[in-house]
Amino acid sequence: MTSAMPEPLVTDSISRYRIRRRRQRRLILGVALLTLAMVIIDIATGPSQYPLRDVFMTLVAPSEAPEAMRIIVWNIRLPVALMAIVVGVSLALAGAEMQTILNNPLADPFTLGISSAASVGAALAITLGVGIVPFADTLLVTGNAFLLALAASLFIWGVSRLRGVNVQTLVLMGIAIMFFFNAMLGLMQYVASAEALQQLVFWSLGSLSKASWSKVGLATLALCVTLPVFIHAGWRLTALRLGDLHAQAMGIDVGRLRLRILLCCSLLAATAVAFVGTIGFVGLVGPHIARLLVGEDQRVFLPMSALSGALIMSVTSILSKTLVPGILLPIGLLTALIGLPFFVSLILRSRKEMWG
Amino acid sequence: MTLRLERLDCRVGGISILEGIAGLEAQPGEVTALIGPNGAGKSTLLKAVAGLQRANGSLMLHGQELASLSLEQRARHLYYLPQEFGSRAVLSVFEAVLLARRTRIHEPHERALRKVQATLKALELEPLAERDLSQLSGGQRQRVAIAQAVTREPPLLLLDEPTSALDLHHQLQVLDWLTLLAAERHIIVVIAIHDLGLAARFSRRIWMLKAGRVAASGAPGDVLTHARLRDVYAIEAHIEWPDDEPPRITPLTAIHSLGR
Repeated sequence: MTSAMPEPLVTDSISRYRIRRRRQRRLILGVALLTLAMVIIDIATGPSQYPLRDVFMTLVAPSEAPEAMRIIVWNIRLPVALMAIVVGVSLALAGAEMQTILNNPLADPFTLGISSAASVGAALAITLGVGIVPFADTLLVTGNAFLLALAASLFIWGVSRLRGVNVQTLVLMGIAIMFFFNAMLGLMQYVASAEALQQLVFWSLGSLSKASWSKVGLATLALCVTLPVFIHAGWRLTALRLGDLHAQAMGIDVGRLRLRILLCCSLLAATAVAFVGTIGFVGLVGPHIARLLVGEDQRVFLPMSALSGALIMSVTSILSKTLVPGILLPIGLLTALIGLPFFVSLILRSRKEMWG
Repeated sequence: MTLRLERLDCRVGGISILEGIAGLEAQPGEVTALIGPNGAGKSTLLKAVAGLQRANGSLMLHGQELASLSLEQRARHLYYLPQEFGSRAVLSVFEAVLLARRTRIHEPHERALRKVQATLKALELEPLAERDLSQLSGGQRQRVAIAQAVTREPPLLLLDEPTSALDLHHQLQVLDWLTLLAAERHIIVVIAIHDLGLAARFSRRIWMLKAGRVAASGAPGDVLTHARLRDVYAIEAHIEWPDDEPPRITPLTAIHSLGR
């Protein structure tokens, strides 16, 4: 009988660093595969349930699938499933980078009121009722949402620069912004026509049901615009977590970096809100899961945050269709129910640890 | 090839922090100690050189006026290590030091890894390489911050109380190593430090500040006198002068309030 050989002790720091990097990459790959599996389950789930194998075959070889199934999978369910992914990625990236630049574990487009501001922007476009050229209505909604999201972001940024403003004050300020814009939204609902009111309710609860290929395309475009900025600033953003003075000592123009990243976060939050309404806490929970799994080196933190956000959205999309049989629950309600306890636990923990 | 400060003034919020700083010089290959009581302006002076604090006057490094350079350009010539090193970012020690190098030097990844490893070894940090910053003690975090500063290989290194949280072993080890590094790399190292004994032992030159002005500058033996310690620090001290060795200073008693 032979005893198991103990694992050789790796004392060399480069080897240990490489082991850590491999572990991080494996985790990212694992979450990516899990997300992919959820997308297929999401597509299979609905009023008519399809076997996963059939869904997979329809996706891989659409010409060989029955026509009805092909239409349902490709024209109805795939855009919804992909929209969940794109919105999850957008919100989680926006949350991750807002937490980084504001040095605030509670920051995300929803908790800081940026999503609410975007909702009001979208609502303004809807109640104005402009939409003659194809896509122009979509662009108007997105444009309005972006402008108000940007205004709210800049306000938060300005407040964060004031002396004596701490993590809790900033979140309270975000809540104040949220109240303000929710009141504005309420006012618009009060004066809106019946048709516009229905759309406004959709925006305030958040839903994937209006997803289409063109909307998925535009939301992806926003990601394509912002992602290179985040990747290019990766090292500098990681340095920001060491503290402003350390980052500045490394030659980083902290003010300019913050503004540029905040602009990108606003665009991501605004496009997400413009297409699926207010979806809360995905931008909060996703980055925290990523931080727990791979740490805050942006080379791994960024992809892991994005994938965590996508996974949460995809799972929530499945839950929204299956929790109450026959009824499609608004996805924003579900993310709020999942995210709220997490948010509270973060508030209680934020005084200690991590953000000293 | 020196660092030379002339006619340096700095005001923060309407209060004059540095006034008429002049005649300060630091040479490559040696450590210069910056000393003075609390509030004398040591950190402000280092920040002013690093471009992190607005100041008027002349800051010449190797004949080049630093004030004409942007923050990014300045960071290629120097690195300022702040006093605060409390980051609890979820980064491993190795990642944090690699980050400092990658934001300064463009080079093949393998070379960067080897350089980081060498720095960690020199600071006895290699066993902690995979530990997260949040899991380190204050002294360990301070050594990581020193490793970040050194791995950037700046021609001018400005260290603001780099040994304040270190135990005696690591104080001596770090200062020994920095002295060696200054000589080997022929770089200028300026260290703000409170311990006059360490300042005398490890520096070839001392800048002494009092209330935002230069009280004295020169070799430790010339600067650290009974009269100056009484005037600047308001202390009585015992000073020994062993042959061919730096002065040994033992503070004895505080004689009156410094008023700052």
